[in-house]
Amino acid sequence: MGHAMYEWVYVGVVIALLVYVGAASWDVERFLDHAPPESVVVKVTAQQWFWTFEHEDGTREIGELHLKKNVPYKFEVTSKDVNHAFNIPDLTVMMDAVPGRINTVWVMPDATGEYLIQCREYCGFSHYQMRAKLFVEDGEITNAALGQAVEKLVPASLTVDNKNSAPVS
Amino acid sequence: MVLEVRKPRPMWEILFSTHHTDIGLLYIVLSITAFMIGGALAIAIRSELFLPGNQGIIPDPNTFHRIFTTHGTNMLFLWLIPFAAGIGNYLIPIMVRYKDMAWPKLNATAFWMIPPAMAMVWLGMADFTWYATPPYSILSAPGPAAEMWIFGLKILGISSILGSINFIVTILKMKHPDLPLMKTSLFVWAILVTSIMIIVAIPTFAAALIMLYTDRLGVSGFFNPAMGGDPIAYQHLFWFTFHPEVYIFAIPAIGMVYEIIPKFSRKPIFSYQSGVAAFVLLAIVGFASWAHHMYATGMSFTEKTVFMIGTLAAVPASAMHVFNWTATMWGGRIRFRTPMSFAVGGLILFFYAGAGGIVNTAMPLDFLTHDSYWVVGHFHLFVMGLITFAFLGFIHYLFPFITGRMYNEKAGMLTFWLMFVGVSMIFLTQHVLGLYGQPRRTFDYIPVEPLIIMNQISTVGAWITAAGAAVFISNMISSAGRGKPADMRDPFQIGEQYYDYTRREPHH
Repeated sequence: MGHAMYEWVYVGVVIALLVYVGAASWDVERFLDHAPPESVVVKVTAQQWFWTFEHEDGTREIGELHLKKNVPYKFEVTSKDVNHAFNIPDLTVMMDAVPGRINTVWVMPDATGEYLIQCREYCGFSHYQMRAKLFVEDGEITNAALGQAVEKLVPASLTVDNKNSAPVS
Repeated sequence: MVLEVRKPRPMWEILFSTHHTDIGLLYIVLSITAFMIGGALAIAIRSELFLPGNQGIIPDPNTFHRIFTTHGTNMLFLWLIPFAAGIGNYLIPIMVRYKDMAWPKLNATAFWMIPPAMAMVWLGMADFTWYATPPYSILSAPGPAAEMWIFGLKILGISSILGSINFIVTILKMKHPDLPLMKTSLFVWAILVTSIMIIVAIPTFAAALIMLYTDRLGVSGFFNPAMGGDPIAYQHLFWFTFHPEVYIFAIPAIGMVYEIIPKFSRKPIFSYQSGVAAFVLLAIVGFASWAHHMYATGMSFTEKTVFMIGTLAAVPASAMHVFNWTATMWGGRIRFRTPMSFAVGGLILFFYAGAGGIVNTAMPLDFLTHDSYWVVGHFHLFVMGLITFAFLGFIHYLFPFITGRMYNEKAGMLTFWLMFVGVSMIFLTQHVLGLYGQPRRTFDYIPVEPLIIMNQISTVGAWITAAGAAVFISNMISSAGRGKPADMRDPFQIGEQYYDYTRREPHH
């Protein structure tokens, strides 16, 4: 009994840690939540149980998505029937596909390769195999505004290799 | 008051009784039955996932979905809630020094609503997960199963509300006038806070269930986007009930740990006031964080920030409990009997669960863990780690009080070690699986290496836990009939006061 001081110190330390976690995640999320205005838009449509991708020029892909390295993409995610979730685990892209809504999420792939796209929200019979493949390829950035955006997003010192990417089925 | 099993009485006398110990016994037997059969479903799920591909243990994805839906619904609403209500029935009248619950007949009614609801949930076996998220639950979920689930949960909600009203009135109105509320056991506070939370939280989901049902009938379109509804609205209503529900499950368990730890450390609680403060704080802040389950539904940055702050605000209260337990044990003369082992094991797993929870609430990291196996591991560390451990510890602790006999201590410790090792293997591994990107609620996974070995460790852990559960149930059943008669003053020989068993009121 007594020794209330220990408890106050302990609670103080816990609160300080939480404030740090909160501030740090607020700072990161502020960056992650706002897509750069120059982003290339890809429309992602989920339905039971496959993915359709539509690029800005109108070309469509089903079950496969081809993107260029070092280009910021903004995905406009929606669904035709029930809730799904658009997920690229290796790029930490995760956004629910909700019918009647368009949710946006953005990413700039920084390494070429083949990645897994999967559904991460329960959607019925074939939920477990509602997958697609993402191919990230080298590409020239022709748009000057886009190039500037990329320079702003990727400091020259920052290089990322692709050793840890999970395999794609 | 006790010796319900030791002095044999005809079955009908217990079934038709309105006495609080009889109803408590019924609650406990029903909830442990639910724990066992729900656990069997979990073992089926884990065994199916032992290897990638269809193992034939569960024949097809539809059955798999029905099994995990029933497993979740059963464990949350037929194991956690009724067990806490059962222990509350046994102890609350004794702790507030009243002869029975305030309304014995209401008490019996609340219990007898559960078996029909249980039958509906189990016979229906709906397939829309325990979230029942629209539009899937409106457009795709098949037939009577969904309706049976909806009405089963409806009945369970009413039962919880009736039980809670009874607890609140018993504690606040029937408490002995010489006993101030601040002198009652922390378990009384736990049940009081929980009951108030149930009354505030459940009506929201009750409304959502009715809306879901009329949507299924096609006469309304609250959540149906084809009729102009908003599926996200359902998720708000759902989580407004079921995030506080997490604390509704946890707080009675925390109260039970508060009963066990000081007794077996043979030291008073470090700080009674901080325990009360943490309960009340948790109950209030618990209502400010529901939408942290919904970061990925396309919430705005501001909304996410608000709910992240609300979630983080609930952490100090939980941390205060952990501190209180540790400080109570500090310098105590601890006896590691089965109840104490379960309490300490629960404390350790609670710490892991809480640490994982902070990762989940940090917005950028949530997009890594959301709807992956991380989440499965995380919330199971709460419901299995903290809550079930506290419940199993407490049923061992209360066993002499209920039956007048001692359980087998060696079997009890074996239960603890099997469960502690098993649970750690299952759920700590599932955290890692989530980071590798395995989505939850999947019938199969990609046959690549880290996933296969991790799933296998997890499944072996499930089998070890099942062995622990088998030891537990056989210990309970055989000791109830043939255990040594317990020393009712101090059954654990720890020199601490046990519950007052000598008062015996006539049965109604």
